[in-house]
Amino acid sequence: MNKSVLFGALTVAGLAAGAAAAATLDDVKARGTLNCGVTTGLVGFAAPDANGEWKGFDVAVCRAVAAAVLGDATAVEFVPTTGKTRFTALASGEIDMLARNTTWTFSRDVDLKFDFVGVNYYDGQGFMVPKALGVSSAKDLDGATVCIQTGTTTELNLADFFRANNISYEPVPIETNAEGTQQYLAGACDTYTTDASGLAATRATFENPGDHMLLPEIVSKEPLGPLVRHGDSEWGDIVRWTLNALIAAEELGVTSTNVGEMATSTNNPEVARLLGTEGTLGEMIGLDADWAKRAIETQGNYGEIFAQNIGEETPIGLARGLNAQWTDGGLLYSPPFR
Amino acid sequence: MSTTTDPQGGTFRLSMLLNDSRYRSLTLQAIAAIMLAASIAYMISNLLANLAAQDLNISFEFLGSPAGYDINQTLIDYSSQSSNLRAAFVGIINTLLVAVLACITATILGVFAGVLRLSNNWLVRKLMSFYVEIFRNIPVLIWIIIIFTIVTAVLPGARAYLGEDPERNMLAGMFAFTNRGVYVPAPFFTTGFGGEEGSGLNWLLVIGVLIASFFATRFVTAGADKKQAETGIRPNTLYLNLAIWIVPVAIVLFILGLSWDLPDPLANRFNLRGGLQIGAPLIALWLALSVYTGAFIAENVRAGIQAVSRGQTEAASALGLRPNRTMSLVILPQALRVIIPPLISQYLNITKNSSLAIAVGYADITATLGGITLNQTGRAIECVLLLMLFYLTISLLISAFMNVYNNSMKLKER
Ligand SMILES: N[C@@H](CCC(=O)N[C@@H](CS)C(=O)NCC(=O)O)C(=O)O
Repeated sequence: MNKSVLFGALTVAGLAAGAAAAATLDDVKARGTLNCGVTTGLVGFAAPDANGEWKGFDVAVCRAVAAAVLGDATAVEFVPTTGKTRFTALASGEIDMLARNTTWTFSRDVDLKFDFVGVNYYDGQGFMVPKALGVSSAKDLDGATVCIQTGTTTELNLADFFRANNISYEPVPIETNAEGTQQYLAGACDTYTTDASGLAATRATFENPGDHMLLPEIVSKEPLGPLVRHGDSEWGDIVRWTLNALIAAEELGVTSTNVGEMATSTNNPEVARLLGTEGTLGEMIGLDADWAKRAIETQGNYGEIFAQNIGEETPIGLARGLNAQWTDGGLLYSPPFR
Repeated sequence: MSTTTDPQGGTFRLSMLLNDSRYRSLTLQAIAAIMLAASIAYMISNLLANLAAQDLNISFEFLGSPAGYDINQTLIDYSSQSSNLRAAFVGIINTLLVAVLACITATILGVFAGVLRLSNNWLVRKLMSFYVEIFRNIPVLIWIIIIFTIVTAVLPGARAYLGEDPERNMLAGMFAFTNRGVYVPAPFFTTGFGGEEGSGLNWLLVIGVLIASFFATRFVTAGADKKQAETGIRPNTLYLNLAIWIVPVAIVLFILGLSWDLPDPLANRFNLRGGLQIGAPLIALWLALSVYTGAFIAENVRAGIQAVSRGQTEAASALGLRPNRTMSLVILPQALRVIIPPLISQYLNITKNSSLAIAVGYADITATLGGITLNQTGRAIECVLLLMLFYLTISLLISAFMNVYNNSMKLKER
């Protein structure tokens, strides 16, 4: 049995690398679908809706790339990944890109050999507690039992935070957000910690969201963004600039409803270049002229995607905060399309 | 060319390697061996080439760097600043702990259930078949999750025990049963080695005394046997043996200043502090492995007993032995020869199945080295190789140990 595991591991490693070396764009085109790694289910970011259709903030990035590359925003095969399986899935070529609340860190970029193509949500780690617990600060959590998803940055930040404040805790490692929710609600842990956006999204699914609150401390920086494998820069460029197109579209006032009209009638040269009526950006990136237009048309610009999935009008109710355009005092800043 | 043809003459031709029945099987085996070696070599070179193409290398340096994460059950000193290697050791100890506990309870359960399955009492017999069939035929992972869910759903939250005026009182003021685990008093030494801090030496001393008592009682029993053989009258050794077991250890415990640390409901607002905490994951894993494997052991025990010929029971009754003594003196010793070999594989199963710990968040080696360390460092191949090495070593050790025991139990042919 141990032998077969060895061979299995070797074969997987062998196959994995074989797939990784090939040009991803050609693979995706030949296959006709984009394999996109997402969460196992975090409403607002990536979760199947009542009709089994994947919806969410991260899902929109996958769909935008599919629209740009394949001309069809529905040609996406969503692959649910856990905090633990996501990197193996990407490295092995099972997925072409990963859009799963994943924090851009030095070691993931450099040591695990991935390319983060940008940030689609600037976040930080928070704590959720039942109001009945009477805790008002994360520093009061001395001795608490804490639910955390394993294989995340959360796990490491948590250890750092408690050590820095010289207080103790007992970790309860869990695999998925669903499991975490269940354990937290069953009282198996006193507090649940993960990215603040994830907490807000999780709380929105509770029967009585009002009984739970987020503590004021944000204990880390979590720039979340899509990523691809190291070594295929052409593919990395496509995903990077598709994300930038969504962000730039908001800045330039291009929306899913006016994109058609803007493409023909705009007198802003950058909009014209973005939408492919001027210049040859599409050709440079290895796609057709309408690539960005299709992404914006089907998914909306960044602002629309935010408002639709996690914005203040939704049950999750996140404010733009850091995720506003730089022109509005936020951090979103797309390099110029030229 | 029939296989029985024996070629004439002494000259060797190459075609004889295939045509000659004396060489053919050797030739085929050699070809198979070469093919196997070639495919292994191919896979390894493929692996290395692909790793190089991905700019990755095999390196075990990560074992020395800080792990960065905390673990909820650590029997040796560990903090998030400890190395990944230490985290792996914490995992190894946790794996061994649950495996040893489960082997013991599964054996006890299995022997009882196996013997009772042959009972003359209809109800007992049926109950035991029911146990065996139910537990053997549902996968152990399901049992682990069922038991864990029951523990977390049925037992009260930790906070029910907290405060000046708690919702629930601890059993005898010492035991608390919460959905995060069971709290029991923890023994410690006030005047032993290491002073108030305590030290592992104290426990080694206690264990040493117990081992000495064990040999002393064996000596006493051997003396009694000799006396019985000489005079036909067996001296009563019960009280002497009891004294040998109890008195020395009691004296040592007294000198070391044995004391009990009780779970304290006032020290913390979230959890009981102090005492010994047996976490819900450990309980779930331990129980599940025990009842599941116990069912298999029960079948082994039943088969072993039934393999002893009926004549042995009848002969024992004819000699006037009561049924209980027949079982323990005549049947079980003979049945052991049949029981031990399959028992070895059940012990191996327990050890390997303990890697399902991750399902309930128990920090075994698969969860630490093969889970969090693997994930945070991205060193998948190295971690998996180390895991395989660990399980292989443990399995081989268990087999070797049990084989030695089996040899000592085997029919001695004279
Ligand atoms: N940003 C962190 C944590 C990411 C994470 O696991 N987030 C959780 C909660 S926000 C999640 O997406 N869970 C969904 C799932 O369980 O599939 C990281 O990259 O390590």
